[in-house]
Amino acid sequence: MSVTKPLPHDSAKLHVTGTARYVDDIPVPADCLHLAFGLSDIACGSIQSINLDAVRAAPGVTSVWLAGDLPTDCDCSPSVHDEPLLSDGQIHYLGQPVFLVAATSHTAARHAARLGQIEYSPEPALLTIEDAYLAGSQFGDAPRIWERGTAAPAIYAAAHVIEGVLDMGGQEHFYLESQAAMVMPQDGGDMLVHSSTQHPSEIQHKVAHALDIPMHAVQVETRRMGGGFGGKESQGNALAISCAVVAAATGRPAKMRYDRDDDFTITGKRHDFQIRYRVGTDESGRIEGAEFLQLARCGWAQDLSFPVADRAMLHTDNAYFLPNVRIESHRLKTNTQSATAFRGFGGPQGMLGIERVMDHIAHTLGQDPLAVRRVNFYDTPETQSGRTSTPYGQEVDDFVLDELVTKLADQCDYSIRREAAAQWNETNPVLKRGIALTPVKFGISFTLTHLNQAGALVHVYQDGSIQLNHGGTEMGQGLFQKVAQVAASRFGVPIETIKITATDTGKVPNTSATAASSGSDLNGMAVKAACDTIRDRMATHLGKNVQFEGGSVVVDGSAIPFAEAAKRCYESRISLSATGFYKTPKLEWNPETGQGRPFFYFAYGAACSEVVIDTLTGENRILRTDIIHDAGASLNPVLDIGQVEGGFVQGAGWLTTEELIWDDKGRLRTHAPSTYKIPACSDRPDIFNVSLWDGQNTEDTIYRSKAVGEPPFMLGIAVLMALSDAVGACGDIYADLNAPATPERILKAVQKVRDGI
Amino acid sequence: MSDKMHIKLTVNGEDKEFLAEPRDLLIYALREKLNITGPHVGCDTSHCGACTVTLNGKSVKSCTMFVAQANGAEITTIEGIGSPDALHVLQESFKEHHGLQCGFCTPGMITRATKLLEENPTPTEEEVRFGMAGNICRCTGYQNIVKSILAAASEINSAKEAAE
Ligand code: FES
Ligand code: FES
Repeated sequence: MSVTKPLPHDSAKLHVTGTARYVDDIPVPADCLHLAFGLSDIACGSIQSINLDAVRAAPGVTSVWLAGDLPTDCDCSPSVHDEPLLSDGQIHYLGQPVFLVAATSHTAARHAARLGQIEYSPEPALLTIEDAYLAGSQFGDAPRIWERGTAAPAIYAAAHVIEGVLDMGGQEHFYLESQAAMVMPQDGGDMLVHSSTQHPSEIQHKVAHALDIPMHAVQVETRRMGGGFGGKESQGNALAISCAVVAAATGRPAKMRYDRDDDFTITGKRHDFQIRYRVGTDESGRIEGAEFLQLARCGWAQDLSFPVADRAMLHTDNAYFLPNVRIESHRLKTNTQSATAFRGFGGPQGMLGIERVMDHIAHTLGQDPLAVRRVNFYDTPETQSGRTSTPYGQEVDDFVLDELVTKLADQCDYSIRREAAAQWNETNPVLKRGIALTPVKFGISFTLTHLNQAGALVHVYQDGSIQLNHGGTEMGQGLFQKVAQVAASRFGVPIETIKITATDTGKVPNTSATAASSGSDLNGMAVKAACDTIRDRMATHLGKNVQFEGGSVVVDGSAIPFAEAAKRCYESRISLSATGFYKTPKLEWNPETGQGRPFFYFAYGAACSEVVIDTLTGENRILRTDIIHDAGASLNPVLDIGQVEGGFVQGAGWLTTEELIWDDKGRLRTHAPSTYKIPACSDRPDIFNVSLWDGQNTEDTIYRSKAVGEPPFMLGIAVLMALSDAVGACGDIYADLNAPATPERILKAVQKVRDGI
Repeated sequence: MSDKMHIKLTVNGEDKEFLAEPRDLLIYALREKLNITGPHVGCDTSHCGACTVTLNGKSVKSCTMFVAQANGAEITTIEGIGSPDALHVLQESFKEHHGLQCGFCTPGMITRATKLLEENPTPTEEEVRFGMAGNICRCTGYQNIVKSILAAASEINSAKEAAE
């Protein structure tokens, strides 16, 4: 069977030879126009006057658009229609597109876009979480509040009360391929869109809306992305819409690719959060009551901020039972880029809050942080002590973390190394070590329940080759290969028999974004359904006792090659094409009340990281990381381990080196890799052991596998906790290290802990 | 706009001649004039390595150089290292050891790695990490990239020993 095999990425051969095509590699017709945006220079205010003479006169420029020249408002929002493509006269953030230039080359368009002369009347901008919170600037009428039990009295009655504030920064996706789209006008005003997007149906919908044409007139094709990470869920809309507008107006193909600085300056990033917490515990550190205030900086438009902030609330508990809990979430509106989806989708921020709380409790009570974590764990299926219900009422009935954490702690000698680190710290005044082991429990499913559906289209040709299409998009995660493995297994044929074609809204309609880690869960099941329909038709035609295995169809004990079987079916007029559909069962969720079952199941994992810091400079290194991650019965262990390694490193990057800095004018100062540091090859832990948990999904997912895209990202939390452990070795005060823990922040935290300043 | 220049390059063993503005970057000349799209544009500012080529025997980020500066040079891009039907050892190794996910960094990684192994045929893990530090990958966390390069190095070396 193909499933569970460690097969390479489906495009590996093309990738290693540079022949895999991304949007920017598609040969462009000679008359193609290239587009660029002219951006605002202020963060808040209105436009007084615009002079674009120099732009129009620049070499290669063919035309320029302002908001008033567009066919409609060309809204780019994935949610509440609050993002006009070009400024309507109001400026909401520095970097907002004001005009659109079409020119004969990419460089000419970019060059011209810098020549606009815009006069503004500026207004005071709200840039930070504090600014917006104090000003009461938020989306929604009121903060969202979910409660279970009575948190305040429980905290009041508790033996220990611990409170604090945690700040965490945002994160730039830095998909290596920046946003890109190309549109080719077709017969009768139809549009063919190539887009580097996680959500072709959304692109189709937004382009149709912009041109005021039906969705059937827009076809969107996405073969692959050079990375997505959530950043291509809604942020590609502006480019595809722009290209479509220009293509419709000029009849010429149009292409747009952000250069890296524009990508940083224009597009949304991970939400930065401030979390204020107050918890009451018993003598063992077990939480009796907890209150969290989550402040999310959403930027100027709503985008996906509501479901992101909801997911942060849904991961406030992480792996821990909270008998009495109150979570209050504010979605703050600021004059910055509109924050958007990013791997984990708010989950990492919510989870980081409680992981900080665990360390803070341990410090206050003088206990081992892992012991405090364990005493707060949910019940395992064996220990039924009434600690299984999440704050939102979903039962945790397969809690493997107790066992998984025990195994990891044993395997990596957690206790021995913790002891060794303590001894080291006794004798070394300058270099301090820290170690932390943190768990992850991540809910799988879109919290907007209707998105949990997928479609597939499968054709068997008369030569026995199989073509497969589904609604998911490939951004490197290996989805196409996993889904092909499912199809190969259903038909019992070698993987080479299967060809997966580009995601195409003309083949599978009304798809959801490839997001929420749901790609293989949803599309794998839809493909299985389509394959089984064809298989059943073939079987019914071929005989009574039919099996598909080893590249053959075995009918009553005698094998005929699959190709021969396909041909026979074709000649007998059996349809060899089918669609498949899947919707995730058991979901029921009300985000207003915060009650129900938002998730089909949970994915688990744990990481142990050891770090060393230099207390004179704040410099630091990850010495070792050990991970066990639960991917259920893995569809492809090599691809899954790749996701775990990449996710961990990206998570560690978020919490350590990746720092976004806006100046007091609202200009993003870290807008290129020269100033925004993502992990490099030399930053990887010296020792890095990753393995998969040997288990199965208890829910009926595709071959009992589990989603693996997002959950490992949060394994990176272990690094921040290890760094604060190392800082803590410098004195007696709790090291409330904020993220990202850059050398500057570490140095400041060391000074605070050591000298009380 | 400035006058166009006559540029001559040898790319992957083939002589190429074309007109370009002196200020055009080498990466754009390769991608747009010669339709060699293996080297990618990741950052435009010489930080990511996606555009790495070998120029007169050295690893060069082709977004860092004007095409005019490259005039007369001998250039190897990923397309010159191997093809889907005849993979170079490093290409085979990246494929087998899953040294890629989205693949966008891969051409630059492999192009750099071929040079690295020429410079140092028996690198330690540490040396690989240092030697590849100019190439960014956002997907893999580098673990399998390093593994792929080390595996290719030992394969090349054992093939050499066998030949001797
Ligand atoms: S594009 Fe040349 S180094 Fe990034
Ligand atoms: S594989 Fe995506 S950037 Fe390296």
